[in-house]
Amino acid sequence: MNLLTPFEIALEALLLNKARSLLTTLGIIIGVAAVIAMMSIGEGAKGKVKAAFDSLGTNMVVVTSGTNKTGGVMSGAGTQPTLTWDDMRAIRNEIPLVLRVSPIMGTSAQVASADTNWNTSVRGVYPEYFTIRNWYIASGSFFTKADDDTANKVAVVGRTVINNLYGNGANPIGQTMRIKNIPFQIIGILVVKGQNAMGQDTDDTVMVPAKTFLTKVQGTSLQTMIPGAIFVQATSAEATSAVDREIHILLRARHRIARVEDEDFTVRNLQEIFSAQESSIQTFTTLLAAVAGVSLLVGGIGIMNIMLVSVTERTKEIGLRMAIGAKPAVILQQFLVEAVTLSLAGGVIGIVLGVTSAFVLSSHFGWAMVFQPGIMALSAGVSALVGVFFGLYPAQRAARLDPIEALRHE
Amino acid sequence: MAALMELKDIVKIYRMGDQELRALDGISLTVNDGEFVAIMGASGSGKSTLMNLMGCLDRPTSGSYRLAGDEVSRLTTNQLAQVRNHIIGFVFQGFNLLARTSSVENVALPLIYAGVSKRERLKRAEEALGQVGLAGREHHHPNQLSGGQQQRVAIARALVTQPKVILADEPTGNLDSRTSVEVMAVLQQLGRQGLTVVLVTHEPDIANYTGRVVVVRDGRLVSDTPQRPVQAVPAGAPRGAALAANPTAA
Repeated sequence: MNLLTPFEIALEALLLNKARSLLTTLGIIIGVAAVIAMMSIGEGAKGKVKAAFDSLGTNMVVVTSGTNKTGGVMSGAGTQPTLTWDDMRAIRNEIPLVLRVSPIMGTSAQVASADTNWNTSVRGVYPEYFTIRNWYIASGSFFTKADDDTANKVAVVGRTVINNLYGNGANPIGQTMRIKNIPFQIIGILVVKGQNAMGQDTDDTVMVPAKTFLTKVQGTSLQTMIPGAIFVQATSAEATSAVDREIHILLRARHRIARVEDEDFTVRNLQEIFSAQESSIQTFTTLLAAVAGVSLLVGGIGIMNIMLVSVTERTKEIGLRMAIGAKPAVILQQFLVEAVTLSLAGGVIGIVLGVTSAFVLSSHFGWAMVFQPGIMALSAGVSALVGVFFGLYPAQRAARLDPIEALRHE
Repeated sequence: MAALMELKDIVKIYRMGDQELRALDGISLTVNDGEFVAIMGASGSGKSTLMNLMGCLDRPTSGSYRLAGDEVSRLTTNQLAQVRNHIIGFVFQGFNLLARTSSVENVALPLIYAGVSKRERLKRAEEALGQVGLAGREHHHPNQLSGGQQQRVAIARALVTQPKVILADEPTGNLDSRTSVEVMAVLQQLGRQGLTVVLVTHEPDIANYTGRVVVVRDGRLVSDTPQRPVQAVPAGAPRGAALAANPTAA
């Protein structure tokens, strides 16, 4: 018997009962479609969270000044600077897993071009800051360590500020911009980052060297304390927890904090927050996919049910096929192939439906989605297996029929 | 003439609980190549059991059955299926055509199990339909055909594997007398072409169309009489079939 014949027989039999075949596969279709849609959207959500955290910074740990306790009243985090420049240098030099550090200090300030002015957030950072935050330059260049050392009045400016001061799409590299009425030279324009996770416009900012920020923008002399936070980049995502731990140890020692005392600083491990978010999405996706998987199981039982009905209905046909020379194995094969054809067809329709609905849902709600060929192949494989598993029992019933009895069946 | 089917001391016992039913009680029967034999008997006489054994649908409890020279009484289920496919062609009382399947596909069905290619299957099925006078009805479905035509499709299905013997179990049981003649004419025609035909019937009229009548009662053979067959001339049957059945009458 050639290889295609069993499929031909199965397809013919299934096409004779089109409506019933479709209804039978509905369970599989819905199950597979749900799994595919869930996984695509779940993977999309994971990607989106990752992108959001990547835009915050790679493998980043943030150290902020702690609270100040005045007569038992706790102030908010960072209200009193407690981190020193020496603390920052110690973090960089004494913890081997630390790759880069940068202070970040900010203030709201009025900035002006020749024609107009704008209120934005001016920040003082090290050149390393841009690397930590994966922030690239669109035109011009970053400032350098030399600019910081000599407190040069240079600025790297976000696109929103440029658009407001110089017009949309302007490229005023080398031009002068006044920050708090002090002239700064624009040396670089940052790549557009868009809104951050909190909905703030990341591009509405002006970056200046840390020393320039303190001496020129704030107009203070260099202090021992950092009036801001420290961004720390670990060597890898896995290293962030170790860096987190070691910063605690280092700063407790440097700030002479006893075992029982509260810390006067806060360390936030962004990588950890990201991992937690990612794993909660993963859990959610897996849970939804599991629920969808139950639908696959129910779909399989539906197929078994219909195949049993079909075997009973076609008892006489089975008897005839046996009488004219079909071996039991061939009858078994015929009904098994029918069940697998049903479930596999359901799987394929389900994949198409799942991808389509994931696409429609994500474009309608603005969700991200990721096509996963692996999951699709797996779904097709699982639905075929469902067909084999649930088709086997009815097929065996058919193959074990006695041709004489079967022919007499009415 | 060579013996095609040789049954010796065939016994078939059915066990129902601790009751024993002796359906066949020592039957010996030889059917030669090219014979047209009717097996007659009342309901419960064992004629259907005999038919099932001769058709290799079942195995005897004891005794020997040589079909076309080979002992088939101890073959496995799979071997029996192969014998049925290659050597025997079945015709049933209820036609047993697949509904919603065209004549030509119904006729081609046994060839699937013989491993014949699709193109070859359809070609041979068309030829077999022509042999029973149904050329041109290849794509009719059973419900578009009369009872007599349906039974002729079933005969074509039995013929398509070029078997050595046709076994017909009450082939006219569901037909009126006019279409019965039509079907018997086809079987007689096949007999004249040298094919062995064994049919089971309880109607003496039908048995008269054969060349030998074997009567079974209570699982035993009570008589075995050769006779001169009555020629079946269908009235109002399709011209092709009438000519094929009885060329001398044309």
